[in-house]
Amino acid sequence: MTIDSKFQFSDLSDQELLYGAKTCPGCAATIAVRLALKVLGERTFVCVPACCLAATTNAYPQVSFAVNYVVTAFPATASTIAGMAAAAEMQGLEDVTILGIAGDGGTADIGLQALSGVCERNDNVIYLCYDNEAYMNTGIQRSSSTPWGAWTTTSPAGEGERGKTKYRKNLFDIIAAHRVPYCATASVAYPMDLMEKVAKAKAIKGARFIHVHAPCPTGWGYSSEKTIEYGKLAVESGLWYLAEYENGEMKLNLTPKTFKPAELYLKGQRRFRHMTEQDYKLIEENRDREWDLLKERVKA
Amino acid sequence: MTKTQKGKGRFLSGNEAAAEAVRLCGPQVIAAYPITPQTTLMEKLSEFVAAGEMSAPCKLLLVESEHSAMAAVMGAAMMGSRVFTATSSQGLLYMCEMLNYVSGSRFPVVMANANRGTATPWTIFGDQRDSFAMRDSGWIQFYVESGQEALDTILQAYRIAELPDVMLPVMVNIDGFTLPHTYDLVQVPEQKAVDAFLPAFKTFNKLSLEAPKCMSFAYGPDYHLESRCLQQKVFDEAVGVIERVDEEFYGLFGRRYHGLADTYRCEDAELVLAVTGSAAGTTRVVVDKLRAEGKKVGLIKVRCLRPFPAKFFASLNSPQNSCKVLGVLDRNISFGLEGGLYTDAKASMYRPGAKINTLGFVAGLGGHDVSKADIEVMFGKLANLAEGKPEEEHQFIGMRWA
Repeated sequence: MTIDSKFQFSDLSDQELLYGAKTCPGCAATIAVRLALKVLGERTFVCVPACCLAATTNAYPQVSFAVNYVVTAFPATASTIAGMAAAAEMQGLEDVTILGIAGDGGTADIGLQALSGVCERNDNVIYLCYDNEAYMNTGIQRSSSTPWGAWTTTSPAGEGERGKTKYRKNLFDIIAAHRVPYCATASVAYPMDLMEKVAKAKAIKGARFIHVHAPCPTGWGYSSEKTIEYGKLAVESGLWYLAEYENGEMKLNLTPKTFKPAELYLKGQRRFRHMTEQDYKLIEENRDREWDLLKERVKA
Repeated sequence: MTKTQKGKGRFLSGNEAAAEAVRLCGPQVIAAYPITPQTTLMEKLSEFVAAGEMSAPCKLLLVESEHSAMAAVMGAAMMGSRVFTATSSQGLLYMCEMLNYVSGSRFPVVMANANRGTATPWTIFGDQRDSFAMRDSGWIQFYVESGQEALDTILQAYRIAELPDVMLPVMVNIDGFTLPHTYDLVQVPEQKAVDAFLPAFKTFNKLSLEAPKCMSFAYGPDYHLESRCLQQKVFDEAVGVIERVDEEFYGLFGRRYHGLADTYRCEDAELVLAVTGSAAGTTRVVVDKLRAEGKKVGLIKVRCLRPFPAKFFASLNSPQNSCKVLGVLDRNISFGLEGGLYTDAKASMYRPGAKINTLGFVAGLGGHDVSKADIEVMFGKLANLAEGKPEEEHQFIGMRWA
């Protein structure tokens, strides 16, 4: 069964529900949230934990969200929206969306337990993770979603150091393993795909999760106008994939016929500039293994 | 009791009595996680919800941790729902972060805490180190003496917490295992009486589709100090509210607990012992015994840790007051100083030329029984000091060795 979300881009309003955020120029988190809110509309209740997005969108008496918006503790995005959704249900609030938005640290690390609880209980919420691949709000520290080899302030690269020595956690797989009604990856470089996924999520009830790749000029070390370019390169080189898990089945939304060389994506970013040809090769080998697994799952 | 008890007498444990109170108050959302000795309270609520016996439709969120329990009830409170949660010990410590979120944004969350010691050493047994560790989290804290008082205090807690002038979260502390698992005859009020006492929850402090807002705002240094000052002022206001609500409660239900601190046979007492929670019952018995022997002793039952009955303690130090030596029993300790209640009591009484001598006793940690004999030992030490005999100011009582 495919859920017909009746979503039309032409129906989108010009109204901005997130504006004036004090994020860095080129911040993909803001792009992701702005696009998501365009689809979700005014009857959305947003909850954000302590993170870049919270720090840049509210400081009394100023606020950048035009919808209801609450800040919660770092590990508590999922648990807070669970309570909000329970209250909305008990109050008979119809046609509202309870939306949690958190970064990769707040989702894959400190917030994972609460998120797992929400997914297991199938609470009626949408959870959007903007993944900028490190703790950016505290100034670029490695998270479990930081890719292998990336420099951060806690995974240094230089004499004898090679950046992060562990592979990233696969959040999409973790959430899909909860058998939630809807789970997807997306990228700000593919805005229509992202918005269609948000629209699809909106039309479904239960725990819905969207994992958005969100390049970060400040943390990754590239010029701020290149956010979309790097987002695209990540997908084209196979280092990020666009996928959905729905009704127990996984689907790839975009399968590049051939991958662009990883070097194209990695080379221009400060966090990877210590890398050698050998590192690029290792990253491509790992990518190919991951894609073999992905394709097998899609086939099955 | 000076008035006829209204309601039905039932044989209930402290946890069941608390659950009856929650059933009567009808929260819209409950989120909880099991922990000994709170568990039977949460189980009872699960039964009520499953059987549709709550006084109002209720959604029970069975969350995966106490941190999430407090976050979830905060989320529901942000939407304007009446909420409840319950915990104990490690669970309360795990909630610590969220306790501060809830109080700072003034959500009237009501929580029962079945007091239990905190690890390590690992213990499931009772003391008050859990709730005393949360003293500064911005919550009103009640301590109760019986299952009946647990029930009544939860009813009062909702009334107090939800008053627009207060809007503070309230923790009702129930000494584990002494109270949660002890059965006693408890008067369970009629729903109609509870409804007359506790109106439906209405608040301006919630999200709204008509007028969207931001809650739990970040404050820069420009506003922070001022916001904390307002928070402190509300606690000052709460003192009078707690007393007034207790009087209202008395008018409707015929039971009262005398605001922040109650006294027993203190009128002419020279040796007075201040305690919290279940130890009050034991101390009453000892006071009666010593009174029969002609000793002028009395009991202070500290009902509220925050706001603290500072004025009450200050009044002990007036020339008109008969008290010569005040002892304070703490079922907690602040390592490196002394029992927490003792510190607060002394600070409240302090003034130049203070006439009262004081002794601080730490007892009953980690389920160690506070016996009548222990209480008698404490009164004995107060007598020693009154007679000019030396006593260490701060002592552990009832140890297997000294």
